[in-house]
Amino acid sequence: MTAASSPVPAAFPAAGTVRAGARPTLLLLENVDKVFGRGVVALRDMSLEIRRGDFISLLGPSGCGKSTALRLIAGLIQPSRGRVRWEDPEAAATLGVVFQEPTLMPWATVAANVWLPLRLRGRSRRTVQPLIAETLEMVGLAGFERAYPRELSGGMKMRVSIARALVTRPRLILMDEPFAALDEITRFKLNNDLLAMRAKFDCTVIFVTHSVFESVFLSDRIVIMAARPGRVIRELAVDEPYPRSDSFRTSAGYVAHCRAASEALAAAMEGAAHAG
Amino acid sequence: MTLAERAGPAPAATPAAVIDAEEAARLRAERRERIGRWLLPAAVFVALIGSWQAYVTLAGVPHYVLPGPVLVAETLVRDFGTLAPSWWATLRVSLLALLLAVIGGGGLAILFAQSRWIEMSLFPYAVVLQVTPIIAIAPLIFIYIDSHTARVLFIAWIVAFFPILSNTALGLKSSDHNLRDLMSIYRAGRWQRLRHLELPAALPYFLGGLRIAGGLSLIGAVVAEFAMGSGGKAAGLAFRILEASYRLNVPRMFAALILIVLTGIAIYLAISALSWLLLHRWHESAVRRER
Ligand SMILES: Nc1ncnc2c1ncn2[C@@H]1O[C@H](COP(=O)(O)OP(=O)(O)O)[C@@H](O)[C@H]1O
Ligand SMILES: [Mg+2]
Repeated sequence: MTAASSPVPAAFPAAGTVRAGARPTLLLLENVDKVFGRGVVALRDMSLEIRRGDFISLLGPSGCGKSTALRLIAGLIQPSRGRVRWEDPEAAATLGVVFQEPTLMPWATVAANVWLPLRLRGRSRRTVQPLIAETLEMVGLAGFERAYPRELSGGMKMRVSIARALVTRPRLILMDEPFAALDEITRFKLNNDLLAMRAKFDCTVIFVTHSVFESVFLSDRIVIMAARPGRVIRELAVDEPYPRSDSFRTSAGYVAHCRAASEALAAAMEGAAHAG
Repeated sequence: MTLAERAGPAPAATPAAVIDAEEAARLRAERRERIGRWLLPAAVFVALIGSWQAYVTLAGVPHYVLPGPVLVAETLVRDFGTLAPSWWATLRVSLLALLLAVIGGGGLAILFAQSRWIEMSLFPYAVVLQVTPIIAIAPLIFIYIDSHTARVLFIAWIVAFFPILSNTALGLKSSDHNLRDLMSIYRAGRWQRLRHLELPAALPYFLGGLRIAGGLSLIGAVVAEFAMGSGGKAAGLAFRILEASYRLNVPRMFAALILIVLTGIAIYLAISALSWLLLHRWHESAVRRER
């Protein structure tokens, strides 16, 4: 019932699918260091195995290298030491990303924004129209195709951003504190919807957050990180079945996992304070 | 229970729109402002023209010193046959110079955006070209360029291209860094980045530069005509002003001046309309604030 703390990820069936045995590995971080410019150690010796169907949260205080880890995975920066090994090239090629800001093109309509990843691969609007419509429907934005981003609320913009990440039908999605700027009601709604979308698309998610509650609600593994230098302190498994709904938020299991994660996080920060 | 009690019975039917005194005052002020925006400048215009005419008539000022607005208007109509070709000549030079400024300034900005090294190497020279008083190099241009049209165009172009270059260069660099990362993640090529991200992001900046360059191209055309003389049948409005001044035809000087001013206003309005057309769906500067 309480979060099992272990460096080895608990084998757990992916949402919506039950596979026999261990799920295939998508991606491995192997002893990755990242040192910036004048000696800022953003990440030290990070190792992480990401398996098909995982929902992994990177949880930690700001400055602990969460964004850096995502940028390494996305290939935007290269490790100073160690390596990022893709076991599934298809996942690398279709990668979806959601940032903290919706990061939409203000000059383009909702549909054109969602079209972008496909457009960059030379797909014409007409051939992918059904895909765009389906994806927008999925994130709850059917009927907003022609709206411009400035006409939408913060939560809706984030939905467009998620639709854009999903439109390539990626195997892996990276999300960097996507809901941190939203109000709590909207955030809860988006958390629920995100789990539903993931079940539907059967994709793997690496989700950065600094909210213990969010990480417990969403993920099946929580990677707790500490700052200065940025590093992984602990991994917690949240062995609660999907689908999870609002009732999960009030369950005893949820509370126990939140306590375990909070304690681990507090210990991580204390350790960091002693180390620093 | 307590909540329901405190809320009392549900209001039967909320009256559709009760506008309180403050809101009503705000709406009135808004309407006054809308009207005032047009009415006040128009009133100032009428007052100025009226007092100008009154002064000229009452003080008996001779028309070769200061013609009244009525005489100027008459001259404008009477001499329109002479002035129209010159007007067209000036307008053509201005618009052509503006077009070249867009191509030259925009093209150079895009080139700069491709390589920091090119930008570092060339940008200082664009600044030098900009800060050199054009009238000081006009005699050199007269020596090195043979064609009158080319001379005038060249001068107007130098005056107009810099705002477009510097604004567009800034705009091309101003695109959202997360969007740039997204382009990298989706493996967009150089050209795709430009087409889908940098150019649209630079559009508002470019249009700001264009608005300045529009006025400058007309100024450049007029200055060039003053500096370069008539050039035969392609004489512009500036040449008509000089010519009229030699003949002490002051009313015609005013008439030509009015045409120049009207041209400037027309260029400004046209570019503003273009900006609005291109930006009103999405850019903050062109979006009417809903309060
Ligand atoms: N491009 C960069 N250059 C220099 N230092 C950086 C850069 N990016 C991040 N850092 C530093 O690396 C550390 C980790 O940053 P980041 O990964 O953004 O943390 P988080 O996302 O967990 O808040 C911070 O100390 C930050 O200042
Ligand atoms: Mg971050």
